[in-house]
Amino acid sequence: MPFMPVKFNLQKRVKLAQGLWMIYWLSVIVGILIFSLGIFFKIELRKRSEMMDNNESHLVPNLLILVGLLACGVNAFGGKVCHDSLDPIKFAKWKPMLKTYLLLCCGFNGLLLLTGLLCFLMQFAVYLTLAEGLKNSIKFYKDTDTPGRCFMKRTLDMTQIEFRCCGNNNYRDWFEVQWISNRYLDMSNDAVKDRVLSNVEGKYLMDSVPFSCCNPGSPRPCIQHHLTNNTAHYDYDHRIEELNIWTRGCREALFSYFSSMMSSIGVLIFATIILECSVQLSAQYLTTALETMEDPENPECESEGWLLEKGVKETLTDCLTKLKTLGKGNQVEEGGDAQEAT
Amino acid sequence: MALMLVKFDLKKRVKLAQTVWFMYWFAVMAGVLVFSMGLFFKIELRKRSELMDNNESHFLPNLLIFMGLVACGINAFGGKICYDSLDPAKFAKWKPMLKNFLVFCVGFNALLFVTALLCLVMRIPLQFTLAEGLRNGMKFYKDTDTPGRCYMKRTLDQMQMEFRCCGNDNYRDWFEIQWVSNRYLDFSSKEVKDRIGSNVDGQYLMDGVPFSCCNPSSPRPCIQFQMTNNTAHYSYDHYTEELNVWNRGCREALLSYYGGMMNTIGALVLLVTLLEIGVTIGLQYVDSSLSTLANPDDPESESEGWILEKTVKETFTDIMAKMKAMGKGSKVEEGAMAGKAPEME
Repeated sequence: MPFMPVKFNLQKRVKLAQGLWMIYWLSVIVGILIFSLGIFFKIELRKRSEMMDNNESHLVPNLLILVGLLACGVNAFGGKVCHDSLDPIKFAKWKPMLKTYLLLCCGFNGLLLLTGLLCFLMQFAVYLTLAEGLKNSIKFYKDTDTPGRCFMKRTLDMTQIEFRCCGNNNYRDWFEVQWISNRYLDMSNDAVKDRVLSNVEGKYLMDSVPFSCCNPGSPRPCIQHHLTNNTAHYDYDHRIEELNIWTRGCREALFSYFSSMMSSIGVLIFATIILECSVQLSAQYLTTALETMEDPENPECESEGWLLEKGVKETLTDCLTKLKTLGKGNQVEEGGDAQEAT
Repeated sequence: MALMLVKFDLKKRVKLAQTVWFMYWFAVMAGVLVFSMGLFFKIELRKRSELMDNNESHFLPNLLIFMGLVACGINAFGGKICYDSLDPAKFAKWKPMLKNFLVFCVGFNALLFVTALLCLVMRIPLQFTLAEGLRNGMKFYKDTDTPGRCYMKRTLDQMQMEFRCCGNDNYRDWFEIQWVSNRYLDFSSKEVKDRIGSNVDGQYLMDGVPFSCCNPSSPRPCIQFQMTNNTAHYSYDHYTEELNVWNRGCREALLSYYGGMMNTIGALVLLVTLLEIGVTIGLQYVDSSLSTLANPDDPESESEGWILEKTVKETFTDIMAKMKAMGKGSKVEEGAMAGKAPEME
C-alpha cells in the first residue's frame, strides 16, 4: 500500500513539472542569498576581529557559505532534471541517478537543520569572546607605538562612535585602566607623580574617558575629564547627567548587533529547510509518476505518484533488513575468505 | 534622397522590431534608475538641509524625478508599439500617432541632455549655499535650548564625525565664535569674566574645538582645549601636530561629497540619453520600414527604412516653410474674419 498515492494524467504531470522547475529556480536564488549572507557575516566578523582578540570562531559563516553553494548546485541539478522530465528520451539518462539524488537531498536538509541550530547556539560563544576581547582592547588602547597593536586606539574609538557605547560594561571601565600612553605624560610634574604613586601597579589612572564616548545629543559641550567631580564643572551633577556620554557598554551593543544578525540568518535557514522539504516531496511525486506509466510508449496515459512505495513501517523494516544483510554480507565474505585461505 | 537608407525584408524587420523592443525594456529600467537617483539625491539634500539653512534648491532632484517618470512612460509606450509592429492589424491603430510620438521623443531627448548638463553645472550654486549654511550652523551650535535650533549641535557633531572635517574652512573657525552656551558658563568666575571682557562682542571665545573634530587615528588622546598653547600640554607643538584634529574644512568635505554624487548622476543621465537616442532611431526605422511596404497586403515584401525622408537640409527647409505657412495661414484667417465682420454689418 503506497504512502499517500496521487493519480496523475498528462496535464497534471506537466503542471507539476513546470511548477517544480520554477520552485527549483527560486531555491537557487535562496541558495545564492544564503551564500552572500555567509560572506557578509564573515566580513563583519573580520572587521571587528580586533575587538574579539582575533579569537572568534568562523564556523558559522564558513558553514553558511558551504551550505549556500551546495544549495545552488543541488537545486540547479534538480531544475535541470525537471526540465528534462517532460521529454522521455532526455529523462531516461537521469532516471538511474534519481534515487541517490533524493537521498542526498535528505542528507542536505539535515545539514541545513544543523546550520540553523548553530546560528542560534553560537551566539553564546560570541558573547564570551566579546567580553574577553573588549577587556583586552581597553587595556591596549594606549599602546599606539607597539607594532601589531598600534591601531587598537583607532578601532576602539571608531567602534565606540559607531555603536554609541562606552567601555566594556559601562564608562567606569575606563577609570580602571591607564589609557594615556606614558610618552605623553610629563613624569617630572608633581601631579602626575602623585597619581602614578597612588595605586599599587604604578598606573596613571583618572576619572576620565576618551572623546569617542561623547554623546553628540548632549546640550552642553562634552565633559570628558573629572567626570565624578561635580565642582570641576559649572552646573554639573554626575549622578543625574544622562546625555553627556554614552551609557551603554560596548559588549552589550556589539552583542545585540551580532545576535540580531545571527537570528535573522537562522530564521532564513529554517524557512529554506521548509522550502527544500516541499521541493523534495514534489520531486519524489514527479519521479514516481513518471516511473509508473502503464504504457511507457504512450505519453498520455495515466500514472500514480507516491511518497513511499510501501507504508512507513514497512519501509523502515526494509531499510533495517538491508543494513543487516550488508553487515552480514561482510561477515560471510570474511568467513569465506578465511576458509579459503586455510 | 533619404538619410541613411537601409533595405529590409521580413526577417530583418522582425529582428529589428525584436531588438528595439528589447532596448525599450532596458530604457524603461534606465528610466527607473534616473527616477531613483533623483529620489536619492533629494533625500540626501533633505538630510543635511539644516546645514544649508534650509535654503537649498531642490530643482535638480525634482527634474530628475520628473524625467525618470516620463522616460518610463515613453519607453513603455514605445515598447508596446514595437511589440505590435509585427502584427499589421494591431500596428494600424498606432500608425497615425507615430510621427507625433517620434517628434515628442526627440524633444524629450534634448531635455534629458540639458538635465545631464545641469547636473554638472549646479555644483556652483551648491558651493555658495553650503558656505553660507555652515557658517550659520556653527553660529547656532550653542543654541541647544532655542526651539527650532536645538538639534543643530547634534547635526553638526555627527556631520563632523561622519565627513571627518572640522569647521568651515578649517578648525580655526571654531576659535572665532562662542560655541559653549552661556548656561554652562560660571559668570562669577574671574577667568570667564576676563575672557568675555576681552573682546568687543562680549563672547566667550577660546582656542578650543568640539570633541567631534577629534581624529581617532591620533596616537595620543585628543587635545581639544588650549590648542595654540604649546606649554599647556606635554610634548605638544601645534605647528607640527597633524593627526590631532581633522585638518579638512567641512565645506570642502560636503562639496566633494555632493559634487561626486552629481558628477556620477550626470554621467549616468548622459548614458541614458545615448540609449534614448538609440531607441528613437530604432523606432524611426521600424516606422519607416513598415510604411514603405512594396505590397501592403503581403507581409513578406521588401521595404526601405530611413532616419529622415529627405536629406537634413531639405527637411529643415520643409519645416521652416511649414511654420511660415502656418503663420501666414493665421494672418489670412484673421484678415478674412476682419473682412467678413464689416460685411455682415
